[in-house]
Amino acid sequence: MSGLTGTGTLLRLALRRDRVVLPICIVLLVLLAGGSAQAALALYPTPEELTRAAEAVNASPAIVAMFGPISDPTNPGAIASFKTVSMGAIFVALLAYALVRRHTRTEEEAGRTELVGAAVVGRRAPLTAAVVLAIGACVVTSVVVVLSLVGLGLDAPGSIGYGLYWLSAGLAFTGITAIAVQLTQTARGASAWALGALGVAYVLRAIGDSSQGALSWLTWLSPLGWGEKLDIYGANRFVVFLIPLVFTVASVGVAYALRERRDLGAGLVAGRAGPARASASLSSPLALAWRLQRGAFIGWAIAYALLGLVLGSVAHNVGDFVSDPKVEEMLRQLGGSASSLSDVYLGAELNFLAIGAAAYGISAALRLRSEEAEGHSEQVLATRTSRPALLGSHALIALGGSALLLVVTGLGMALSYGRASGGVGATLGRLLPSVLAPIPAVWVCVGLALVVFGALPRLVVLAWAVLAVFVVVGEFGSILKLPQAVIDVSPFVHASVPPGGSVSGVPLAALLLIAAALAAAAVGAFRRRDLTTA
Amino acid sequence: MTLAVEVTDLHKSYGTTVALDGLDLAVETGEIHGFLGPNGAGKSTAIRILLGLLRADSGQATVLGEDPWHDTETLHRRLAYVPGDVSLWPNLTGGEAIDLLGRLRGGLDEKRRADLVARFDLDPTKKGRTYSKGNRQKVALVAAMSADVELLLLDEPTSGLDPLMEAVFRSAVQEFTAGGGTVLLSSHILSEVEALSDRISIIRSGRNVETGAIEAMRGGSMTKIEATTANPVDLHELESQSGVVDVVIEGDRVTCSVATDHLGELLERLGASGIRTLASSPPTLEDLFMRQYRTPEASRS
Repeated sequence: MSGLTGTGTLLRLALRRDRVVLPICIVLLVLLAGGSAQAALALYPTPEELTRAAEAVNASPAIVAMFGPISDPTNPGAIASFKTVSMGAIFVALLAYALVRRHTRTEEEAGRTELVGAAVVGRRAPLTAAVVLAIGACVVTSVVVVLSLVGLGLDAPGSIGYGLYWLSAGLAFTGITAIAVQLTQTARGASAWALGALGVAYVLRAIGDSSQGALSWLTWLSPLGWGEKLDIYGANRFVVFLIPLVFTVASVGVAYALRERRDLGAGLVAGRAGPARASASLSSPLALAWRLQRGAFIGWAIAYALLGLVLGSVAHNVGDFVSDPKVEEMLRQLGGSASSLSDVYLGAELNFLAIGAAAYGISAALRLRSEEAEGHSEQVLATRTSRPALLGSHALIALGGSALLLVVTGLGMALSYGRASGGVGATLGRLLPSVLAPIPAVWVCVGLALVVFGALPRLVVLAWAVLAVFVVVGEFGSILKLPQAVIDVSPFVHASVPPGGSVSGVPLAALLLIAAALAAAAVGAFRRRDLTTA
Repeated sequence: MTLAVEVTDLHKSYGTTVALDGLDLAVETGEIHGFLGPNGAGKSTAIRILLGLLRADSGQATVLGEDPWHDTETLHRRLAYVPGDVSLWPNLTGGEAIDLLGRLRGGLDEKRRADLVARFDLDPTKKGRTYSKGNRQKVALVAAMSADVELLLLDEPTSGLDPLMEAVFRSAVQEFTAGGGTVLLSSHILSEVEALSDRISIIRSGRNVETGAIEAMRGGSMTKIEATTANPVDLHELESQSGVVDVVIEGDRVTCSVATDHLGELLERLGASGIRTLASSPPTLEDLFMRQYRTPEASRS
């Protein structure tokens, strides 16, 4: 027995379940690549301008740390792709992760794999179907991206390289997630492993790229760095693609081996017995919400503290003041108006981290939905716990937790950057407005997630779609040449303060009011609707 | 007699699916009320409306004199609920879940909690995800029954319990009502309902088709007769007797069902053929239940 019987049926089932979401994700990714390439080509109409812009990018360690270097400044494809190819690779990695997790551990945890497994379905079939689905989605995305870039007039080898860049990240995280879902009994635990690996990969590449020489080998260790070593629109060293290929085969092999060693439903780490009585503090909806969410929050907080420390020390390396006006213009477009490269770098990273904090806040708020769907809220609401109390307790953790993440990462930055230059206290004072300013924008995202939960519980995925829209219009709006009115839709645009920049209170107060109104609307909607399980 | 639960003409639809179509239900204070119906009849929907988890489209529901949708929190201090499909938090132990639910409800009786954990033979140190269905139900039952409440709403609470635990459940429910409590018991285990319930309601397609004491329902029903006779009985003659149905004759063995008010005439007829042995059994709840379920939908309206 190969253990693969039924893989085809499971694959068709997965495609049936994802027939709407998956094509939308692929189209969005392709639009991101094609749209911004087109906009960049329009921004620099002559070859000289293109080359100067590309050289300006390579001269800025801060930008290189964020997006990776440009291989060949004379190739129009290079400047047209440098920003979206590295960020897009992260999105493709997230897509692969989401697909593998959704069709393996999530199904197993819900008991549906057991139902399926009792039919004529091999033990390896669910994992195989998920891996095939993820790889297929990444391949389709890459092929369509290559076609659209070639269609825009970029050279074919470089465009194929672009597709391989994305594919390398997608393949690697298909393998990494395949392992992660074997390790723990819960889908949440698997997420922690896989997303933790993504964070490590990002930091390795950022350090490797920004430290010329000494630590540049770190990029080779990062699944997000392999694509960069393809040297697209430059040397086009496609042989590097063998690394992600071998890595994926090996990691999926490890995942199969782990699967063979464990029982259905079990993780590799066995569950332990616990206390026979609840501690005295476990006696309120808030205490329950904290108990359910503390593990995830502590994980995020540790990750944010480490990111802050690492980014702070990278920022110290990128140092130096801007002299070239062209570079200055470039930096402004990438979301900063501060004078020091380090400040621009930290400001841009804080913008990204604010989006991450919003993602945490949304996932914490949407815990309300999984609690409801799994039938836990039904039991809690059958006690004297009111609906506002239930919603409020998870909302408090989502709002407080997301704000704390930014504070923690700011402290980390101040600690490592300030120790190297300027002193910790002074650096903290200068960074603090930049750290705190995005919090109202993050809270607007959390508020939207709460409203979706309150009003449209079966469509909570909308909360993520809204965040994706904010990211695209806010972060890529200017290079996509979107009208300012569209860009202004993103709350993050109004809540970004570069280090050393001045804070204007009105937009922040407005965002706080919006967040409060959204939270109130969420409570109102939740009070009026039926509780829905599954 | 005061009513613990009073429901009149309750309607609830999910889109085009009608879950409740004019349900009436009356549960008297201090009784154990059996709530029966085929899968999808609307039992769980009704119980969730009584808990204020769902909002009825129209109709009246009163629980312990309060409106379950508007007075949710004050009402919930006075009742406890065991869902049909108990889902526990995977990383909380059973003991923690019992304490948590008890405290959220406003406190639990420590003595009764310890007693029930022991009687249900529950290991409270195991994590929620490791419990079997029956053990998850035990956790919810201990949490609900050790609360100091007036009303228990139980939605198929014993579908995963073994016969030993089923017996523990029965005695615990009887102790609860002996102390003045009221129970609404939705169940498919007919022997359980028969043994426990004072009155029952049978619902189907969101409407109740029969309500009353089991004894009274039996009165208007059929009795099953098994007899052996000295002389053969003629099949057609027996079938022509009024009130007699389902006649089977195998040699000297006669089995049939007879309407209770025609029992005497049947016995006279059989007596003429010389009764050697005779067994009569009252209709079981199962018979009543099957008859209600099997009746075609159209013939009732």
